[in-house]
Amino acid sequence: MNSLVALNFISVELTEDEIKEAKRMLGREPNHLELAMIDAEWSEHCSYKSSKSILKQLPTKGPRVIIGPGYDAGVVDVGNGYVVTLHIESHNHPSAIDPYGGAATGIGGVIRDILCMGTRPIALLDSLRFGNIEKSAHSRWLLKHVVRGISDYGNCVGVPTVAGEVEFDDCFERNCLVDVICLGLGKMNDLVLAEAKHPGDAVILVGGSTGRDGIHGVTFASRVLTEKSDEERSAVQIPDPFMKKLIIEATLEAVGTGHVRGLKDLGGGGLTCALSEMADKGGCGIDLELSKVHLREEDLSPIEIMISESQERMVFIVEQGYEKEVCKILDKYELPYSVIGRVTESGRLIVKLNGLELANLPAKMVANAPIIYRKAVEPDYIKNLKFVEKPELPSNLSSVLLKMLSCPSIASKSWVYEQYDYEVGIRTVIKPGQGDASVLRLPNGTFLAIKVDGNSKHCYIDPYNGAIGCLSEVCRNLVSVGAAPLAFVDHLQFGDPGNPEVFWTFSESVRGLADYAKAIGLPCIGGKVSFYNEDKMRNMAIKPSPVIAAIGRIEKQEWITTMNFKHDGDFIVILGETKSEMGGSEYYEYIHGLVGGMVPRVDFVKEKATMNAVINAIRKGLVKAVHDVSKGGIAVALAEMCISGNIGAFIDCLNIPADHNISRIDEILFSETHSRFIIETDGENMNEFLGITKKAGIKCNIIGRVGGEALNFYKNKEELISIPLSDLKDSWLNSIPKCMGEI
Amino acid sequence: MFHKYRRGIEMRVAIIQFPGSNCDFDTLYVLNNVMKVKADLVWHKKDDLSDYDAVILPGGFSYGDRLRAGIIAAYSPVMKEVRMMAKDGRPILGICNGFQILVEAGLLPGALLRNSSLKFVCKWVNLSVVSNKAIFTRRLEKGHLLRMPIAHNEGRYFIEEDDLKELYKRNQIILKYVDESGKPNESSNPNGSIDGIAGICNDEGNVFGLMPHPERASEELLSPFNTNDGRIIFSSMIEYLKER
Repeated sequence: MNSLVALNFISVELTEDEIKEAKRMLGREPNHLELAMIDAEWSEHCSYKSSKSILKQLPTKGPRVIIGPGYDAGVVDVGNGYVVTLHIESHNHPSAIDPYGGAATGIGGVIRDILCMGTRPIALLDSLRFGNIEKSAHSRWLLKHVVRGISDYGNCVGVPTVAGEVEFDDCFERNCLVDVICLGLGKMNDLVLAEAKHPGDAVILVGGSTGRDGIHGVTFASRVLTEKSDEERSAVQIPDPFMKKLIIEATLEAVGTGHVRGLKDLGGGGLTCALSEMADKGGCGIDLELSKVHLREEDLSPIEIMISESQERMVFIVEQGYEKEVCKILDKYELPYSVIGRVTESGRLIVKLNGLELANLPAKMVANAPIIYRKAVEPDYIKNLKFVEKPELPSNLSSVLLKMLSCPSIASKSWVYEQYDYEVGIRTVIKPGQGDASVLRLPNGTFLAIKVDGNSKHCYIDPYNGAIGCLSEVCRNLVSVGAAPLAFVDHLQFGDPGNPEVFWTFSESVRGLADYAKAIGLPCIGGKVSFYNEDKMRNMAIKPSPVIAAIGRIEKQEWITTMNFKHDGDFIVILGETKSEMGGSEYYEYIHGLVGGMVPRVDFVKEKATMNAVINAIRKGLVKAVHDVSKGGIAVALAEMCISGNIGAFIDCLNIPADHNISRIDEILFSETHSRFIIETDGENMNEFLGITKKAGIKCNIIGRVGGEALNFYKNKEELISIPLSDLKDSWLNSIPKCMGEI
Repeated sequence: MFHKYRRGIEMRVAIIQFPGSNCDFDTLYVLNNVMKVKADLVWHKKDDLSDYDAVILPGGFSYGDRLRAGIIAAYSPVMKEVRMMAKDGRPILGICNGFQILVEAGLLPGALLRNSSLKFVCKWVNLSVVSNKAIFTRRLEKGHLLRMPIAHNEGRYFIEEDDLKELYKRNQIILKYVDESGKPNESSNPNGSIDGIAGICNDEGNVFGLMPHPERASEELLSPFNTNDGRIIFSSMIEYLKER
C-alpha cells in the first residue's frame, strides 16, 4: 500500500520525538502519506502544541458567550435570537514575501472561519505592522501592496473593512504583520459547527479546485523567514474573491435548508486538518475517496491533495438523503463541488484512491498533537531597558507636537481606509476616522462597536504590562463610542518559541491578558497564535505583538458617541491621572530615539471605575464627544479632537490631574498612561457629569474650552503651544501620503 | 415586444443579481424598508421581466470585474430584457457597477476607466445636479447639492470631446462632483472623471447611471452629515411610476 505514496516523498518538519510518538500511538510505522498528514496537523500553526498549556489561563466564559475558543469563531448572543461571530487570523509570512496575495488570502481565510459557523460575514478589520516607511522603500512596498490586497479582496467579496490600526517599527522591516479580523452575524438557530457526527452523512468539497498552491503553507508558517523564503512563493495561495463571494452566498443559502450539519473551511493543512478536526470533534470517522476531488492539475499526488491549501474551498457535511437539495444550490451559483466521502462510525480518517486504502489514521490522534512544554527565561534586554536617562526638555513644544502628529504610527490612516469599502452592507454607523471604534447597526435594533489594538513598543519593554495595555486600550476605544465591552479575541505574535527568551515574552503576555480579562470580567472567545516571526537575514525576532480585537454592545442609538469637538465654548474635561510612564511612548521613540523606561501600568480597580463612569455619563446624555488617550498622550488626543471637529481649543496644563512624581511638561503632554479619557461637555451638564466621576472616585478636572481656530496650551498665563488648525491638519492628514510619495 | 405599464397593480422593482453583485441586498433593504416599495432580487438568468415596472442594476463586482468591470454582466440573459425595457421608456437605474454594466451594454455612452489615483476610493462626496432630465432627478433643481458616498476602482468617466459636447447639448450630464460650496475643482473630483462627471442619462432620460451610492445615503443614521439625499433618486422614480 505504500508504493503509490512513496513515489511522492515530501520532507516533513516533525521532530524525532514526534515521529516516535506517532509510531507509538499508531502501533506501527506511518507511511509517507500518513506522515505528511500528521506533519501538517501537528505543525505549530494547526496544533497550538507550544501555546495550548499557557492559553488555558484566559477566562472564556461570560453570560453572553455561546461558543468560546476551540471552534472556527467565537459566538456571542446579542439578543432577540441573533448572534455575532468573531475571529482573528494573520497572514504574516505569506504577506512578507507576496504582500498582495498574502494579505488577500488572509482576508479569504478569516471570512471562511465566520462563514463556516453558518453566519454572514458583515465586517472586516485589519491590524498591520510594518518597518519604518519614512526610510525603507521595502516597507513602503509592503504597505502599499498589503493594503491593495486587502482592498481588492475585501471590496470585491462585499464585506466592508470598517476599522483597523497600523503601527510602524524597525523590527517589522522584513517580517511585517498582517492581522485580519472578521465579524459575522446570524440567527442562533442557524449556527452550524465544524463537526461530523452523523454516520452516513455526505462529505462535500465545495469551491475552488485543488492545486499545488499553498503546499506546506502551515509548515512554512511554522518556520522563521530566511533569505530563501522568497523562493517559497508557491507556499502562498492564490486569492479569488469572486469565487469567495459565490461561496458565501451559496453556503448561507445551503445552511438555510437545514440539512448542512457540519461546515469547515479549508485553510492551514488543507483537507487533512479540516477532516481530522471535524471527525474528532464529532466523535466519528471519515472515509475519503481521492479520485473524487476536483483538481486543478491532473498529476497531483495523494500527499499534495491531502495537504494543499488551495483557497476558496469549504467542506460541507450534508445530511444523508438531502445531497441533491444542497447540490442544487451549488449548481445555481455554478460552483464546482464533489462528494468526496462519507462520515463513518469508525473514528478513523481513511484515505482511498480508486478504492485502494492509502492512509488509515485515528482522527483523534491526527487532530491532537502532543503538547510541548517550552522553557521560559526572562531576557536580559528587559532588565537593561527598565531605566533610561530622561531626555532634555525640547525648547519648542509646538514643533514637537507637529512632529508627533506626523509620526506614521499616529498620523491619520485615511490613506489606508479610503482604499477599503467601509460602507457596503449599509450597517456602518460610525465609520473609520469618526470615532475611537466603528459602530455597526444590528437587525435587532441594537448596535455593535468593534475595534482592534496592539502596541508592540510597550510589549517589547514589558510584555506583561504591555499586553494588559493593548486590552485596556481596545476596551477604552469601545467605551468611547458608548459601548459596554462584551468579548475579545487575541492574536499572539512572537518569534521562535524554541528560544526560551521569546517563550517568556509569550507567556508573560498571556498572563497579562488573563489578569486584565479576569479583573474586568471580559471573556476571550477565540484567538490565534503565530510564532516564528523572525527574519534570519537580520537575525531579528519581531517585538512581542499581541493584537486584540474586541466587541461591545450599544443598546440605544442615542448612546453612540463620536470624538470630534462639537461646540464653541464647551468644556473640556479629562478623566484619570497622568503618570510619568514614558517607556515605549511615541514621544521617547519617535522624538528622542529612546527605547526603554517604565511602560504604563493599569490599575484594574481604577480602570473599571473610569470606564463605568464614562459609560454612565454617555447613557445619561451628559457628554458630546469622547476620545481615549493613548499613543502620543493628551496633546495628540486633543489635536485629533480639534482636527476632526474643525475647531480649536484652549488648554490649561496646570489643571491636568497628574501623579505627584511627574513634573515635566513634556511628560504631562505625551505620557501614554492608561485609563484616561478626554470629554466634551457643556455648562448645563457639567455638574452632573463631575458628580458621576466624584462618586466613582476618579480624578477628573476641567482642563479647557473648545473654540478658536488653533490648539493652544497654557501653563499659568504662559503660552506653551499654539498651532493653527490648518497646520495640525497638514501634519496629521498628509504624513502617510507624503511618505508614499503621493504629495 | 412592448412592455405595457401594469396599471392598477402595485408597482414592483426588479433588482438584478449578477454573480458578484454585492449591493443587491442593500438596495433591496432601502426600497422595501425605507422607500416602502415592492422590490425583488432577480437572478441574472431570468429572461422575463414583465412583472416589473423598473429595473435597478446594483453595485458590486459582477463576475469579479474580470476582463473589464461590467462587461461580462452586460451579456447576461437578463440584459436582453433590460434593453427592451429601456427602449420602452421604463426607468432603468445603474449604481456603481450597475453604471459600468449600462455603459458596457451600450445603453449609456462613454466609458468608465480606472481612477486617476490608481487606487480604490471610498468616501463621501458632494454632488451637484447639473440637469433634471433623468426620471431619477426630475424633482431636483439645477445646482441642488447632494451628499453620497462613492466606493470604486473604475469610476473615471471618459467620453470623446465631440460626444461630450453632445451630452451637454442634450442635458444628459446629470451629476458632477463638486466641493462643499457647489463648485467643481480638482480636489473635489475623486477619480479624475472628465469635467467631474458622476452620473449621466440617455437622451430619453429613462436610463440613468451614477457612480455614487444612493442606497448608502438614504438613512440619516448612516450619514456622517445626518442627511438622506439618496432617497430623492428613488422617490423621483417612484413618483414617476405613480403618475403613469
